[in-house]
Amino acid sequence: MIDKNIKKVIVLGSGALKIGEAGEFDYSGSQALKALKEENIETILINPNIATIQTSTDIADRIYFLPVTPFFVEQVIIKEKPDGILLAFGGQTALNCGVALFRNGILEKYNVKVLGTPVQSIIDTEDREIFSGKLAEIDVLTPRSIACLNMEEAFAAVKIVGYPIIIRAAYTLGGLGSGFCANDEELESLASKAFTYSPQILVEESIKGWKEVEYEVVRDRFNNCITVCNMENFDPLGIHTGESIVVAPSQTLSNSEYHKLRALAIKIIRHIGIVGECNVQYALDPHSEDYRVIEVNARLSRSSALASKATGYPLAFVAAKLGLGYGLHQLNNQVTKVTTAAFEPALDYIVCKIPRWDLNKFSGVSKNLGSSMKSVGEIMSIGRSFEEAIQKGIRMVGIGMHGFVANKEEITIEQIDEELIHPTDRRIFAIAEAFNKGYSVDEIYEKTKIDRWFLQKLQNIHVTKNKLEEVNSLQSLDDSLLLQAKKEGYSDFQIARLVLKSSNKEINGDLMKVREWRKSKNILPSVKQIDTLAGEYPAQTNYLYLTYNGNEHDIEFPRDNKSVIVLGSGAYRIGSSVEFDWCSVNAITTIHKENYRSIMINYNPETVSTDYDTCDRLYFDELTFERVMDIVDLEVPKGVVLSMGGQIPNNLAMKLHRQNVPILGTSPLNIDRAEDRKKFSSLCDTLGIDQPRWSELTTIEDIYTFVDEVGFPVLIRPSYVLSGAAMNVVSNRDQLEHFLNLAANVSKEHPVVVSEFIEQAKEIEIDAVAKNGEVVAYAISEHVEFAGVHSGDATIVFPPQKLYVETIRRIKKIAKQIAKELNITGPFNMQLLAKDNDIKVIECNLRASRSFPFVSKVMKYNLIEIATQVMLDAPFQSPDKSLFELDYVGVKAPQFSFARLLNADPVLGVDMSSTGEVGCIGENFYEAILKSMLSVGYTIPKKNILISSGPARSKVELIQSAKLLSERGFNLFATGGTQTFLSDNGIESTRVYWPDETDKHPNTLELIKEKKIDLVINIPKDHTSREISNGYTIRRSAIDYSIPLITNARVASAFIYAFCKYKIEDLSIKSWDEYKD
Amino acid sequence: MTQLRKVKLILEDGTTFEGKSFGYEKSVAGEVVFYTAMTGYPESLTDPSYTGQILVSTFPLIGNYGVPSDSKEQGLYEFYESDKIHISGLIVSDYSFEYSHWNAIKSLGDWLKENKVPGLFGIDTRALTKIIRVKGSLLGKIEFEDEVIDFYDPNQENLVAIASTDKVEVYGNGEHRVVLVDCGVKYNIIRCLLDRNATVIVVPWDYDFSGEDFDGIFLSNGPGDPALCDATVENIRKTMAVEKPIMGICLGNQLLARAAGAETYKLKFGHRSHNQPVLLQGTDRCFITSQNHGFAVDTKTLPEDWEPLFTNVNDQTNEGIRHKTKPFFSTQFHPEAASGPVDTEFLFDDFIQNVVEYKRTKKK
Repeated sequence: MIDKNIKKVIVLGSGALKIGEAGEFDYSGSQALKALKEENIETILINPNIATIQTSTDIADRIYFLPVTPFFVEQVIIKEKPDGILLAFGGQTALNCGVALFRNGILEKYNVKVLGTPVQSIIDTEDREIFSGKLAEIDVLTPRSIACLNMEEAFAAVKIVGYPIIIRAAYTLGGLGSGFCANDEELESLASKAFTYSPQILVEESIKGWKEVEYEVVRDRFNNCITVCNMENFDPLGIHTGESIVVAPSQTLSNSEYHKLRALAIKIIRHIGIVGECNVQYALDPHSEDYRVIEVNARLSRSSALASKATGYPLAFVAAKLGLGYGLHQLNNQVTKVTTAAFEPALDYIVCKIPRWDLNKFSGVSKNLGSSMKSVGEIMSIGRSFEEAIQKGIRMVGIGMHGFVANKEEITIEQIDEELIHPTDRRIFAIAEAFNKGYSVDEIYEKTKIDRWFLQKLQNIHVTKNKLEEVNSLQSLDDSLLLQAKKEGYSDFQIARLVLKSSNKEINGDLMKVREWRKSKNILPSVKQIDTLAGEYPAQTNYLYLTYNGNEHDIEFPRDNKSVIVLGSGAYRIGSSVEFDWCSVNAITTIHKENYRSIMINYNPETVSTDYDTCDRLYFDELTFERVMDIVDLEVPKGVVLSMGGQIPNNLAMKLHRQNVPILGTSPLNIDRAEDRKKFSSLCDTLGIDQPRWSELTTIEDIYTFVDEVGFPVLIRPSYVLSGAAMNVVSNRDQLEHFLNLAANVSKEHPVVVSEFIEQAKEIEIDAVAKNGEVVAYAISEHVEFAGVHSGDATIVFPPQKLYVETIRRIKKIAKQIAKELNITGPFNMQLLAKDNDIKVIECNLRASRSFPFVSKVMKYNLIEIATQVMLDAPFQSPDKSLFELDYVGVKAPQFSFARLLNADPVLGVDMSSTGEVGCIGENFYEAILKSMLSVGYTIPKKNILISSGPARSKVELIQSAKLLSERGFNLFATGGTQTFLSDNGIESTRVYWPDETDKHPNTLELIKEKKIDLVINIPKDHTSREISNGYTIRRSAIDYSIPLITNARVASAFIYAFCKYKIEDLSIKSWDEYKD
Repeated sequence: MTQLRKVKLILEDGTTFEGKSFGYEKSVAGEVVFYTAMTGYPESLTDPSYTGQILVSTFPLIGNYGVPSDSKEQGLYEFYESDKIHISGLIVSDYSFEYSHWNAIKSLGDWLKENKVPGLFGIDTRALTKIIRVKGSLLGKIEFEDEVIDFYDPNQENLVAIASTDKVEVYGNGEHRVVLVDCGVKYNIIRCLLDRNATVIVVPWDYDFSGEDFDGIFLSNGPGDPALCDATVENIRKTMAVEKPIMGICLGNQLLARAAGAETYKLKFGHRSHNQPVLLQGTDRCFITSQNHGFAVDTKTLPEDWEPLFTNVNDQTNEGIRHKTKPFFSTQFHPEAASGPVDTEFLFDDFIQNVVEYKRTKKK
């Protein structure tokens, strides 16, 4: 039945998480690897993303932490001699790489068979012109569109198509370089940018305002086809589907529309010849059955991951099996086990996907949503009414909102209109405010073109809010109104705020009153299963959600003290992504191995932790106090693990503790002592551990007094925040005042602190596990950058290469003291500064950190496994090796997504801005950092390097590497000060002029635009500066014209040394298991 | 919004659900069945095969796109499957009082009221479905407080006689003359034939059509137990002797099987959905089909010269039969869809091809 000659297969991963390509590919890749493994096929994975689940030993047989580029993949092919390759499971990165390998004849040369969809089919869908032509052959409509290779052609095309138009760049991730144009001016600016990403752009008719609908289609080699799921965008066409709220299944399509588009999807997949899975995106006229096909993705996608989670149908797993030659009807439904995979799931619930944006983290970025993607993560909520799903979903996004209503949101009418017409990430709240201001559904529809059905449902929530506000006590709250509110997804918090009019201070107590009240009225949620067949067949499924639109549970609760709940990490966001999913999954796996039933709570559709195969029970539901308590009440678990999912679960520690929920690991009281800066500081004082001087904000005067004492710059930040939201370094009084305001808005419950900011200090991390206060395992790593760059944006080396033994000894001692004092049981992480023999603690988290997967994999010792065993009080094995004994080095490098964030200043600071990371292993630091940086998109410059080296310190820092570049024959181009400095030091360079010196040549901007530069090194003078400056223009242009950019002198220096030392051919092609200690 | 009346759904096993009324306020009794389709309530509600049944929608959100216009084309309602709502009652979880669609003219609730059919919402339809799954389809009644009624078993009655037409009607003017035995036909079967250049002569279920001038026979879908349609079975037997092409759908499949000498039986809870996989006998071709039936053909009882045409991949039940040598075939699923997937509409082409072939050989 299947091709028995395929014994060894290479799977390409998607590399670091970036906007448009995130955790969904860890999920799809892991599923594919599992499917291959089940067939006893040896699997080779190439993926530098060390924090993923797929790059774990038990998932793939061999793993290469190498860039997913044709060069490295070819090297691995030469070495491994695989029979087949899978290209469809690692996003656009893998697909582009696969197409290149096919075109270069590499696959043919080494006789590597592409499993699943043939490469020609991929090319047919990727090249827009071929694609439109292909669909025209079968009379399927696509938007009128003309492919253009230059600006002249673009202007000629628009004469045919007519404004408004949309510009699209071929072969790009998630709509990069795309946008709407209404006139020549807009076309000029957008098209020139699009040409920098792609040699070909498309000028298309605009169908803005149409409904946007997607289908996930599967085809096997017998030509059998199914559509697993369709999805409808809440936001009409004009907003990228990755930026849209999406529901599944479609809600406003009639049977005729649904099946017309479904039949077209099948016609298309057959014609293109896909074997596996593809996604078809449509625009549907809201006033007729007219349609256009917008896009076909011949691979697993973000939408397919969502569809898998929305339906329980494992698309990636099935697609991999079909690639091996199976027919759909020969595979089992993974949920029911008794029915076949050749079916279309019937849902008896609705899911809602909402994107998560972190636009506030970037200075200068445009917040308007459009045809390119800016969101960094997403959530999926499940309910049995739209109202329930959307309110759950809004909470899940994790931006401090409590649902559609009852938020502290006040905007003026002008702002409402502007938001409705030109949406930003806050549009849904503008709709809520519009209802408050008396707008009708029709008025909102006219401005947004969001289908009235969605708006009517939102209005229902609004109407209920008004009813709740009229009530002033729980005693006078009608049971039926309370139940209706819960059915519409109202949280106890919202009800407390609306009925009890609770202040922020009272709310935590008041929501407990609501909870107790409704429990006394027996108004409780029901647990329902997701079974793919809407209850038609009995399913032993463990895939669950809670709803108030039901009155019985689908499952039973053994309550035998043998279950352990792990709280996941929620939406991927800047500062919390796949690393915490790795931790959660490893905790779950360990819990299972230790013979407990593992229960996962998480709601991120892009993760492996929300794969129902991973755990004994999956609650795809909220991580709010209320929902966690609901589940704890039902399950009565042995304990709850809070330390794996980052800050979201960590923040629940005290609240759960107060309800006597058994928390495994370190006591919440001690978690609080570490989280609360004041308590932690006095703890450090007691132990004699140094910290940068700091003070808590009580009055502005006190702050000034404090700043006078320590001097600028100072760091200001609120407590209880991950990845430094609202954290900033300020250099003068104006800035200080401005940022104190910002910070105070983030979290009023917790005070804002100001601390001394130490410059030129080394930053060091320790990831460790302790049991009953004794450290049992640890890993120390160092940052390449000096302190001041957020640890999530830092380039991290493990084991440390440049630390004094004395420093390490003292760090170990500090970790031991703190572990003892806080009686830590489980994982913890500390960040420290080392300068002039002084060591200061800057942060201590009693939970797993972002770097746990990296250090665990480099030292081949799973810190999460041991941490989980420790928390379960199970036997564990302490590491018998010291970190100095490793014969190799790991380097973790950040991935930035600035190219997608229009106008954002690509500069690093204390606030995190990277969207992902990679970790590569090398024989030494330079080999490892070179592999890492190549993995995140840097290329070794051929000839020309532009340097503006910023402040004196970085000029000095860069002098040796500049000399090296000069010796190696690179052409250096330098701005004024840098050129003088280089010249003074005997290094030859060409003087170039600042962007605003437009009349002087050569001008930096010209060189960048003409792509004469291979690498831009631009060190900002003042990393707090927000003003548009020459430096900004250079940095931004480098990003916009896709030229590698480095903004940190120490990283620049390390990269230069690395590529001067190693040619790309010299880099070792070694799998993870070949690095032995 | 006016105060909504509370209503009870009472099952024969005593289980009671309480919901609120959004349809006509009248107590009704019937057989409670669930369907798992996610679209197409206007089509399903007007499907005569649902005669006598209280329909439970497993998809919770119903009424979203209202009810389409009542325009007619070639004498048939364009957007309905018959001239009225055939279900006895509708049970949903979440009803959309407001609707939104370019083609809608009224709300589902108003349409139910016009057709005097009650509708309930606020029911845990998943819990209800699980009861039916475990116990099989059972009798139930929608009861308003002031109107107590008895249970009623529609399967005791010849529902086909109720759903069928009482006169011969001719649609279209195509070159292929097809007699359509109306056991409760869905309009889309007629549309599919008209689209293929047929003249469709719709006749009552027990009509002796042997005197008509026709090139092929079409056996429609319909409600209830095929064992109660002996008159139709007799007429089919007569025509089989002439060897004119026959195609049947759903009840038509069961009647053709009975005419061939096979047996039919009642399924535990039937297939009522848009996602049933069927495998074409002897191939690896698998199709997703729309279904609505409570009875099935017992494949084992098929006589020697007949064979299964399609089989359900999930539960191995019969999904169609064909004669080994003669142009007779039928499907248990609905190739005409409406509502549901249209993947097997090509079977109408096969039927017409048989008709063409028949006419060609007849000329010789």
